Amino acid sequence: MRAGGVTEGGTTLGVKTGAWRNFRPVRDEMKCKRGCEPVAIGRLERFVADWELENGLRIPEKAEPTGKKVAVVGSGPAGLTIAAELAKKGHEVTILETLHKPGGVLVYGIPEFRLPKRIVEAEVEYVKKLGVNIMTDVIVGKTLTVDDLLEEYDAVFLGTGAGLPLLLGIPGENLAGIYSANEFLIRINLMKAYAFPEYDTPIKVGKKVAVIGGGNVAMDAARCALRLGAEEVSIVYRRSEEEMPARREEIERAREEGIRFVTLTQPVRFIGEEKVEGMECIRMELGEPDESGRRRPVPVEGSNFTMEVDQVIIAIGQRPNPLVMRTTEGLDYDRRRGIVIADSMGRTSKEGVFAGGDVTTGAATVIAAMGAGKRAAEAIDKFLRGE
Amino acid sequence: MARILEKTELAPDIKEMVVDAPLIARKAEPGQFVIVVVDDKGERIPLTIADFDREKGTITIVFLEIGKTTMKLGRLNAGEEIAHLTGPLGNPSEIPEDETIVFVGGGVGTAAVYPIARKAKKSNEIISIIGARTKDALIWEDRMRSVSDELIVTTDDGSYGRKGVVTEPLKELLEEKKVDRVVAIGPAIMMKFVALTTKPYGVKTIASLNPIMVDGSGMCGACRVQVGGVTKFACVDGPEFDAHEVDFDLLMKRLSTYREEEELAKKLFVEGG
Repeated sequence: MRAGGVTEGGTTLGVKTGAWRNFRPVRDEMKCKRGCEPVAIGRLERFVADWELENGLRIPEKAEPTGKKVAVVGSGPAGLTIAAELAKKGHEVTILETLHKPGGVLVYGIPEFRLPKRIVEAEVEYVKKLGVNIMTDVIVGKTLTVDDLLEEYDAVFLGTGAGLPLLLGIPGENLAGIYSANEFLIRINLMKAYAFPEYDTPIKVGKKVAVIGGGNVAMDAARCALRLGAEEVSIVYRRSEEEMPARREEIERAREEGIRFVTLTQPVRFIGEEKVEGMECIRMELGEPDESGRRRPVPVEGSNFTMEVDQVIIAIGQRPNPLVMRTTEGLDYDRRRGIVIADSMGRTSKEGVFAGGDVTTGAATVIAAMGAGKRAAEAIDKFLRGE
Repeated sequence: MARILEKTELAPDIKEMVVDAPLIARKAEPGQFVIVVVDDKGERIPLTIADFDREKGTITIVFLEIGKTTMKLGRLNAGEEIAHLTGPLGNPSEIPEDETIVFVGGGVGTAAVYPIARKAKKSNEIISIIGARTKDALIWEDRMRSVSDELIVTTDDGSYGRKGVVTEPLKELLEEKKVDRVVAIGPAIMMKFVALTTKPYGVKTIASLNPIMVDGSGMCGACRVQVGGVTKFACVDGPEFDAHEVDFDLLMKRLSTYREEEELAKKLFVEGG
């Protein structure tokens, strides 16, 4: 989830009338473009949900049943939003979730201190109260294919997110002690490894932890490592702090908590026998701006040095899981970027199949995914009414 | 929730369970696995689908009670429910035609070999070697015999079949006749030595890897393995790989990541009754 995504189109709709209901003050802030005072999305998410936990869930009026059935693949922000919207319009909605708990990135990715799980549970409860059926432990593309779903449902929405971790592709990356941020955060957030041995999933926390990357996920992983007892946690980022994709607020929080920032530094090799013991890095300097508009990091020849680490968390981004794309006949996708091709309303190349959120954009924000869910709900409703 | 329909004790610490899982049974193919979560505080562990019945809507799992999770699972009885069961995961086995295939099963790996051998039997000559520590720990001998043209049994202590390890009869077979393919499923160390045994003969060798997994769907990368120097996720790229290209030493190091925690959890569980 990148800070820049905060201002992406249509998000105000998602916040104002999507699953995060009854929250209006955000609207002006959302106009804020990247570079000005950062929008406190983390706090916003908490505020909305805290408000509802205190004031109780209001279940809105539902339209008369239409007799139409919709399958929503994935129970993250896009999926929960669209499920609620379509249920309100009188359609019968079933959410299919791969993991054993609904919530997608809200339960596996975002740590408790940024988004308490009781809030996600309240959101899920709300969606269920609207009559949405949630089936966990169903992996679409394996347990059922999209084509199987189309035999039973009138439309399918793909909100499968961006769950596939990117890796560095450098020597030693598979040594024990090296985690993807996804694994580290899934163990903590979804599996509650912080409560081992009461919960069965274990986690290792090193003394000297390096988190590679400069996005919000890197900040989350670094702060989790520190909370779990690491002595020293360093964010290692190849550009300067200026270019970090994380929201300013997250960077500040991480710094306040004592995370070290090692910028203009890129790992080139991991060292270790039984497990990781060190990381060879090279210093970088900033060259000309690249296609992202940020100054390109260029290695400084001969500047190699070794950092002593006993745990590494790689947080350099995620891509959508290709499973659904590869198993769905006639669904166009961008092979290079690994995303499903959909228009602004979520319509894909396949009749009756819609998509939105990270699976169509690459890793972005919760708010953007909710907006996409909201828009696709309109499109699916029209499709089901034959308009 | 998945209801346990039958439970059989195959050995003192090896259980077989037939589980009601119609959606999984409908799609399951030999070589695939499921992720099991025993209860609300449980971890996610992969178990191979040892058998499936599409009509009855059931799958069979066979497991060694080696740690807290498998011990908890082993205490559940027919009529009780497993909290979560997801699958079928991983890629189905490649089944060739008109080949002489040697299947090698070690310990509970024999149960994982069985559905592959059963399917392969229709169009190939099958020789199976199954091994166990001791006679009591040997499983599914009859089933393996029913899907093999020839079956060789080994035990480490010589209490049944040939005394010794599976690689000895394997080497003899490779000397004696033309083998097109070897498929090995068992402990990482066994698969490593099977690969070393077949390598000089240049016989295609497949191993089904058993790394630590969490989600089982490509999300976490806990199951990273190195195959031919390239990083693969066993859950979505495997679990079967060319055994001659697999870095088994790395696999074993990664498998031992949580040894201390596993021992602690098991100790507390056993002491807690």
